[in-house]
Amino acid sequence: MKKTLAILLAVVMAITLFTACGNDNNTPNNDTKTGSVYYLNFKPEADQAWQKLAETYTALTGVPVTVLTAASGTYDQTLTAEMDKDAAPTMFQVGNAGAVKTWGEYCYDLTNTDVMKEMTTDAFNLKNEAGETVSIGYCYEAFGIIVNKALLEKAGYTVADITNFETLKKVADDIHARSAELGFDAFSSAGLDGSSSWRFSGHLANMPLFYEFRDDGVTSQPATITGKYLENYKNIWDLYTTDSATTGAALVSATGDQSEAEFGEGKAVFYQNGSWEYAALTGEKFGMNADDLAMIPIYCGVEGEEQAGLCCGTENCWAVNKNASEEDIKATLDFMKWVVTSEEGTTMMAEQFGPIPFKSAKTPENVFFAQANDYTAKGNYVVTWAFNYTPAVDDWRAAVVDALTQYTTGNGDWAAVESAFVDGWAAQYAKENS
Amino acid sequence: MKLFQKKRDATALNSPLIRRPIQKCFWLFLLPTFAAFCIGFLYPFCKGFFLSFCDFKTTKNWTWAGIQNYIAAFQDKSFGHAFWYTALFAVVSLVLINVIAFAIAYALTRGIKGSNLFRTVFFMPNLIGGIVLGYIWSMIFNGILIKYSTSVVLETKYGFWGLIILMCWQQIGYMMIIYIAGLQSVPEDMLEAARIDGANGWQTLWKVTIPNVMPSITICTFLTLTNSFKLYDQNLALTAGRPFIQQGGEVIKTTEMLALNIVNSFYASARSRGVGQAKAVIFFVLVAVLSILQLRSTKDKEVQQ
Repeated sequence: MKKTLAILLAVVMAITLFTACGNDNNTPNNDTKTGSVYYLNFKPEADQAWQKLAETYTALTGVPVTVLTAASGTYDQTLTAEMDKDAAPTMFQVGNAGAVKTWGEYCYDLTNTDVMKEMTTDAFNLKNEAGETVSIGYCYEAFGIIVNKALLEKAGYTVADITNFETLKKVADDIHARSAELGFDAFSSAGLDGSSSWRFSGHLANMPLFYEFRDDGVTSQPATITGKYLENYKNIWDLYTTDSATTGAALVSATGDQSEAEFGEGKAVFYQNGSWEYAALTGEKFGMNADDLAMIPIYCGVEGEEQAGLCCGTENCWAVNKNASEEDIKATLDFMKWVVTSEEGTTMMAEQFGPIPFKSAKTPENVFFAQANDYTAKGNYVVTWAFNYTPAVDDWRAAVVDALTQYTTGNGDWAAVESAFVDGWAAQYAKENS
Repeated sequence: MKLFQKKRDATALNSPLIRRPIQKCFWLFLLPTFAAFCIGFLYPFCKGFFLSFCDFKTTKNWTWAGIQNYIAAFQDKSFGHAFWYTALFAVVSLVLINVIAFAIAYALTRGIKGSNLFRTVFFMPNLIGGIVLGYIWSMIFNGILIKYSTSVVLETKYGFWGLIILMCWQQIGYMMIIYIAGLQSVPEDMLEAARIDGANGWQTLWKVTIPNVMPSITICTFLTLTNSFKLYDQNLALTAGRPFIQQGGEVIKTTEMLALNIVNSFYASARSRGVGQAKAVIFFVLVAVLSILQLRSTKDKEVQQ
């Protein structure tokens, strides 16, 4: 025991010494010693990594870093409560148009800060009406349809066979028809329980929104939408809920874990989710082989979708509290810069968040990002996260899920989904901007 | 001798020599509770009342908005819907819970075998938290409803009766305990007199027992009424307001009760916090007025023993 401890201490000392030598210019100046950092993190799964990184930073520089993580789904409440305190967070998340409206006036203009100069792209940053950068996207994510290539081959197909909605439907229909003989089905359950429904009211809904905004050249939150691509949304949703082992009323209470397990255990070939699933799928629980995994774009029957790439974007954006003391703001900016430039910081970011849009970023092992890049390299267009414009996002999504549930269980018609989409958007926009 | 000693102690304690210094320090004894009352209730209440007239994001960052929030609250159709839905729920659950709780209490004071065990079992649901109860019951309901290809979140009537069943299951045991205490304190001589006078069971119940347990009825109706109006966790966990309907550009959550409506509107958007706060003040006044009216009307019927 003592021996282990001694070795551990020695290692820590050596690492500290090593980093101190190696990264001299990254260490913040001594004059920030008076400031401190208080980070409100919204990803519970990354909490431990942040705590550890904060400790390392404090050990290196003496600057106290507190990391508080909001419990899953309570970020908004936690932020509201914490912002009210005298010691408010100096660093928090402002990830979409709605958040900019609420918290924009608390955000320090990050334009031309050192940390922003480290960025490789401006694409994920959020600006307010005055053109100030209120938050910077510190990582990005990709979502699409995750494919189990091994099962797909067993069914007699390869990923290359799927290039648009028609071919996807053909493959899925065939697998579903032979599911008893194959021992697996096409799609994992499209559960409408709260733990799963965001995949469809948020991510899948991005498809009709993206194409509509692309056609109309929308670059800021629109007051109304037309829903002209909702037929495509219906196409893909019907496919999910037909070519699957779980259909109808059973979907109402089907959870996200259930869907993940069906895919992880090899009971389904397709699973709509994002790059963040990589760790869970290849981890101990399911132990999937990374080579068997692929992510393909969500095809829904839009013309020219053979050229589509994955849906890439982010809601992970850092903001700095304008009302914090000058020392704290400086300490926070220094900390942010250290996270995206230092050895420890970039390692942690690559492990937890995948690729980050900063010059010193490390390449993550997550295969889904490699695929996202491949699509882009081939010249396919990136499907951006159009849903970040959604007004009163929680309410809008809740209404879409409700209508979708009615429709899927045969208690309602598709017109209600269209209404929740289009009329719901206008209603929530009006409410938010009244 | 010992008894005598005790008696003397009591006399000594009552002597002005000892009482006066204690009485002088009464504020010291009141202080902890009073401080807790101020911190936990008075200050937040006043601040909340003030904020209902403001546009705010955090409680420190406000701008005066006048009665704008109240106007918006009254114009909100979903708030009106939530009010009528809650009122309906309150009436139905008040009647059901009290009638059933009283019936069970009446049965369990007849001296049947194992009545202590029954009392414990009936009381137990009350020890489970509302959120957990909501999820457990949603599983039970959905387990049955799925056989008919539907679910508790798909039809308003299922959501309504589901919540009624849930609340009955949870609250009947609690109210039963209060009724048992009331029933046990009905004077035996009155019942005996009724029996001798030839009153039958029904007459004894209505003319002797119920007037005598009126204090229990007062407290139980008060509790069920306020509980129904303040209901939040169970509502959130069971249906969260679903199913929704789109009505004239507004989303109406058909099974959303007042408390849930207030919380939802508070977090709906950047501008809606004041409206949520205004709704909360309206809600407070409403519950206070209703419960005072109810207390008055049932108190009148209480008899002095």
